[in-house]
Amino acid sequence: MTAVAPVPDIDPGIPRQSRLVAEEVSLGYGDRAVVDDLTLRVPDRAVTVIVGANACGKSTLLRGMARLLRPGSGAVLLDGTAIHRQPTRQVARTLGLLPQTPVTPEGVTVADLVGRGRHPHQGRFRRWSADDERAVAEALDLTGTTGLAGRAVDELSGGQRQRVWIAMALAQETDLLLLDEPTTYLDLAHQVEMLDLLADLNARRGTTVVMVLHDLNLAARYADHLVAMSGGRIAAEGAPGAVVTEEVVRDVFGLDCRVVTDPVSRTPLVVPVGRHHQKDS
Amino acid sequence: MATVLAPARAGGDAVATLRRARSGIARRRRLVAGGLSALLVLAFAARVLLGDFTVTIPDFLRILGGADVPGATYIVMESKLPRAILAALVGLAFGVAGAIFQAGLRNPLASPDIIGVSAGASAGAVVAIVLLDLDGFAVSAAAVIGAVGVALAARAVAGPDTGYRLVLVGVGLAAGMQAVIQYVFTRADEYDAQLVLRWLTGSVSRVDWPTIRVLALLLLVLLPATAYVARSLRATELGADAAAGLGVPHGRSDLLLLLAVLLTGAGVAAAGPVAFVSFLAGPIARSLNGGRTTLLGAGLTGAALVVAADYVADYLLVDINFPVGVVTGALGAPFLLWLLASGRTGRRAA
Repeated sequence: MTAVAPVPDIDPGIPRQSRLVAEEVSLGYGDRAVVDDLTLRVPDRAVTVIVGANACGKSTLLRGMARLLRPGSGAVLLDGTAIHRQPTRQVARTLGLLPQTPVTPEGVTVADLVGRGRHPHQGRFRRWSADDERAVAEALDLTGTTGLAGRAVDELSGGQRQRVWIAMALAQETDLLLLDEPTTYLDLAHQVEMLDLLADLNARRGTTVVMVLHDLNLAARYADHLVAMSGGRIAAEGAPGAVVTEEVVRDVFGLDCRVVTDPVSRTPLVVPVGRHHQKDS
Repeated sequence: MATVLAPARAGGDAVATLRRARSGIARRRRLVAGGLSALLVLAFAARVLLGDFTVTIPDFLRILGGADVPGATYIVMESKLPRAILAALVGLAFGVAGAIFQAGLRNPLASPDIIGVSAGASAGAVVAIVLLDLDGFAVSAAAVIGAVGVALAARAVAGPDTGYRLVLVGVGLAAGMQAVIQYVFTRADEYDAQLVLRWLTGSVSRVDWPTIRVLALLLLVLLPATAYVARSLRATELGADAAAGLGVPHGRSDLLLLLAVLLTGAGVAAAGPVAFVSFLAGPIARSLNGGRTTLLGAGLTGAALVVAADYVADYLLVDINFPVGVVTGALGAPFLLWLLASGRTGRRAA
């Protein structure tokens, strides 16, 4: 933990340090700017969730922080150095990424796929080491996929497959992990299971987790630090209780709603109004 | 926030299970490599020793040692042996190149012989021979230029997103290259026309040692480079984003494709575009290997395929000597149709 940058003073109890900082970044595709002059300090050892309406730039921001996109201006700093200036293999030992739609190679087994997470740790000619074996076994264990080790990934159910992909990212043993909508295509039970898994990971290993989520209520439940984006900028950020208000949801999602307290997690719960029920509210 | 904490250390069970799962894959890979090597040796031996002029093994060893066995020495050293060696080398080059294309572009149809890279190499070679009057390394260079040219054109027209667009563009470019070859063919004199014929289907029948030397030298450089760069295929197979996340430098998959293009060019310069070898070798090796890509297996499959096909082409019908490409083409066409009919032309994303 070298770089120390202040985080907005709204998350009591979380160490106010940031190894990963997006500093005044503008990101886009070609001439089209999607993220505009945005600064985000990702709190260390916390779960940060980015939410926002479609096309608000949340996935683009995540791609920029994962060095998949080069900022047009500004910089993404990892441990104080611009991420694009660091050797990509070295970055990959600190910062892991699970893209939204990774490709499962035909016939690949769970053990093989999870083993590929060790790629940045293997030297030019170095073979599979005891350290690799330990890391992969732990990743399988943590995600409950040890029993699937010999199975072909393309034969698994969607929920199992997603857990295997998470295991691959865990085998990379990075201090920071970025995930682009890790719950896409999963039913509600598997979404909750996936987020529990990531919360466990954060609690057990102190991994800094940054993810883009669609579901605002799940985001409010699992985030320590919630970032609401709108039009390529941050509309609000902080503890979910401070961010998820009726005004913010109206501004960011263009949705009239009531915010109540989630009876289970005591976090804010968004109840949409909708035109059909407006009369009754 | 935290719920259940998983055990701090993975138990011995997880490690044992992992070892079992990994050793199964490794064993299968060794078995495939060993079996295909044995098959290649068998095909090679049949090609050199059998046929309409049988050579005994002791005689063959004496010929290799430099002894002059009347009749046999000439036919072994000037026909049977060079043919078998050239067939094995081009098969190796085409097989590896095909598997790289299919795995890298995630489409079994995207092999260099279908998307026009081989045809581009052929066009380069015939232009060099007929219009520019070149030979030796210069022909190889022209073939490589043709292959790279088509590959770059396909990439430029199809855009960065690979997949079916690249295949369609490639098929169009292949047709264009065929037209170039046909045109040059009409301009060739009789001697050149014989030579140029090779670049329509691929043949190892008119072979000489210098051609083999050129190809062997090129492969000696290209294959180790490929083996080194191919390590990144384990990551790039997972998609560009996942590969970047695993620390694979940007452009590594393009470098591997470029090596495959060079392998194709070198092979075509020596023996013409032996039809469908690139296309067939990868899927055959993959199905033997439990569905997993294996470049070594694809190379060995390609080599065994061309050597065996040349043997069949030479002796299948008495008095008729097919170019080897006719036989591989006859094998490849039904496979292509089956692939299209069964819809296995793209891989699913997770």
